[in-house]
Amino acid sequence: MPSRPMIGYSHVSKNFGALKAVDDVSLDIAEGEFLAIVGGSGSGKTTLLRLANRLIEADGGTITVEGEDVQTVDPVALRRRIGYVFQSGGLFPHLSVADNIGITPRLLGAPAADITARVDELLELVQLDRRAHRDRLPEALSGGQRQRVGVARALAARPRIVLMDEPFGALDPLTRDALGEDFRELHRKLGLTTVMITHDMTEAILLADRIAVMRGGQLLAQGTPAELSTSGDAYVLELLRTPRRQVERLNALLPQSGAA
Amino acid sequence: MSLFADPRWGEALSHLPDYLGNHVRVSLAALALGLAISLPLAILTRNRPAPRAVLLALASIVQTVPGLALLALFYPLLLLAASVTLAWFGISFSAFGFLPAMLALALYSMLPVLRNGITGLNGIDPALIEAAKGVGMTARQSLIMVELPLALPVMMAGIRTAAVWVIGTATLSTPIGQTSLGNYIFAGLQTQNWVFVLFGCFASALLALAVDQLLGLIESGLRQRSRLPAALGGIGIAALVLATLVPTMGRSSQSYVVGAKTFAEQYVLSALLRDRLQAAGLSATARSGLGSSVIFEALKAGDIDLYVDYSGTLWANQLHRTDIKPRAELLAELKTALAKDHITLLGELGFENAYALVMPKKRAEALGIRSIADLAAHAPTLSIAGDYEFFSRPEWAALQKSYGLSFRAQRQMQPDFMYAAVASGEVDVIAGYTSDGLIAKYDLLVLDDPRHAIPPYDAILLLAPKRAGDERLKTALLPLLGKVDIATMREANLRAAGNDANSSPDAVAKWLWEKVGKR
Ligand SMILES: Nc1ncnc2c1ncn2[C@@H]1O[C@H](COP(=O)(O)OP(=O)(O)OP(=O)(O)O)[C@@H](O)[C@H]1O
Ligand SMILES: [Mg+2]
Repeated sequence: MPSRPMIGYSHVSKNFGALKAVDDVSLDIAEGEFLAIVGGSGSGKTTLLRLANRLIEADGGTITVEGEDVQTVDPVALRRRIGYVFQSGGLFPHLSVADNIGITPRLLGAPAADITARVDELLELVQLDRRAHRDRLPEALSGGQRQRVGVARALAARPRIVLMDEPFGALDPLTRDALGEDFRELHRKLGLTTVMITHDMTEAILLADRIAVMRGGQLLAQGTPAELSTSGDAYVLELLRTPRRQVERLNALLPQSGAA
Repeated sequence: MSLFADPRWGEALSHLPDYLGNHVRVSLAALALGLAISLPLAILTRNRPAPRAVLLALASIVQTVPGLALLALFYPLLLLAASVTLAWFGISFSAFGFLPAMLALALYSMLPVLRNGITGLNGIDPALIEAAKGVGMTARQSLIMVELPLALPVMMAGIRTAAVWVIGTATLSTPIGQTSLGNYIFAGLQTQNWVFVLFGCFASALLALAVDQLLGLIESGLRQRSRLPAALGGIGIAALVLATLVPTMGRSSQSYVVGAKTFAEQYVLSALLRDRLQAAGLSATARSGLGSSVIFEALKAGDIDLYVDYSGTLWANQLHRTDIKPRAELLAELKTALAKDHITLLGELGFENAYALVMPKKRAEALGIRSIADLAAHAPTLSIAGDYEFFSRPEWAALQKSYGLSFRAQRQMQPDFMYAAVASGEVDVIAGYTSDGLIAKYDLLVLDDPRHAIPPYDAILLLAPKRAGDERLKTALLPLLGKVDIATMREANLRAAGNDANSSPDAVAKWLWEKVGKR
């Protein structure tokens, strides 16, 4: 890799008691890259992501963000400059949509007028109606709208890096597809570096530049879908084959397109 | 006649600014102190299970102590603390009234605040605390912007519970010298003034409801992030505090405070003393319903200026004497002993409130009984009743020893019922109290005690150390000394036991003065 990575993991480990949640992982994410992390439940995906903005501390190895060792950076400042979309949404139920979105700029001491303008801009960006949604509480939103607010909040302080933990999980397939495409577009437009965790191999292949596969805390393989398909690992190949197998089964079950 | 035509409602109402004001002040101060201690503790221990468990256990133990006992405990505790600070730093403080009441009530308020605070803070979804961290909040910001607002409903429920408990329990602070709405209840129960009892109960219930509603208003304001209800609630509570300050501002702190214990005779006498001081142009207030262990210490410490006690009581409880002396000797010795504490024994009022053996006059005449010595011969065929403690008191042992008394049967009875029981012949003799009004009502005879087995219980007037040289005070009180004979006091007590407008301590005190003033 020629240029310095935006995020670099080097021999990173994290244990919870005897459990090796992340086990000697080395992974570089380049500027502007869209990386998907896939793997089974409990394989260490979330743990790997939380290490990057020091929501938890590594037991071994080094992590760099924009070239700096995260251990030398104030964790609060670090988190304010990295956007994070939480697995369960993580919206504050007592704050309005606007206050949720504007939280990080507010913590950074931005003037109120700037925050208001920024919130409106973001609502537009994630395609939420400004007047209808601005002052609602999260409980008055649909699941998809909440996910959009979560994305908007992560982008509010104009981060260069966005970490997303299953941002489009628990959505109906149509919404999920649309949201994914929308975000891919935002990623490109804003020049973000994005790391997205997903269970769904199809989503990973469709959205990401590169895919990292986790299993049992270890990084099994990383690369573009094409690179992965040459991997010798049976589990990786099995994962890659899943979308195509599903398509074949669907084709067999559904009448060909056009027929009604 | 309508219930509300009773003039005692008016009398009750006239005390309201004073009682309610003090009640609000002590309750809200206790609540504020309780919150100032409990909320930080709840916040500090929210992530520390071990200290949290200890704290909750301690608060629960405090809660199991009955309110009255907790309040009573703080008085000697503070007395001790005051004597320690006096010895070490040369400063002392009053262990009477406001301070012990506030501290005990504050302690009492802690459990619901702690428990709900901890529950509320621990009940927050950990994912939200992680999200707070993730968007870049410091621990402090997370607490203020996320955790406290989310825990607010549960915390406020605890605060509201505490407020209601404290306001209710504050009615029990009367015996340790804190004026409160409990003054109505204690006085009402002792003088059978049900108007006062009802008034006190309603007033404290209404106050508790009002404060609860105001807190609810603040809570909903905070929750909906709208300033108006929160501000209204805050203004309401502030107004409550201010309103209670106004009537007491004008009151001179130079006022003489007359103490009274918790029975009707004491209420009447304190009203009488207060009236005499006021008649002499001195400003005076009565502080009634004080516990009998509190009142002497309060006099010694100067928290009250004067009160009426009984020689035999002080002889046993303060001098810890078990021997019995003739009354003049006992009084002289008591006077000397009290003088060591700089307390002035101004003199006797003229009557005794002692234990005495009592039987119907007619029956006594028929049997030819005039004294306990006469009774001894008939005792084996007679039955006796006494209150719950009499038969274990030294007086009873002394009576048996001096006169060789041995009754056919002995029973324990509620004091109120004894007199009727002996009048109706249900028992033959009772151990009554010499100044009780029912002695006159049922035409009973108090048997002489020629061998002085029962110590004298002369009603005596005591002055606080700081009033030792106060000649105006003494001059105002001198007309009472020796004037209140036993028959008059009995009649006064009988009046006070009635349940009508003329039976209030103030009314009876006026009647009493009309009787004895001209003497
Ligand atoms: N705070 C923690 N304490 C103890 N064990 C933990 C903790 N956080 C995660 N683990 C464990 O570490 C392992 C990896 O967890 P992680 O959340 O990283 O999995 P994941 O790949 O994100 O799974 P999922 O797809 O279900 O979200 C799991 O076995 C999990 O139980
Ligand atoms: Mg996960």
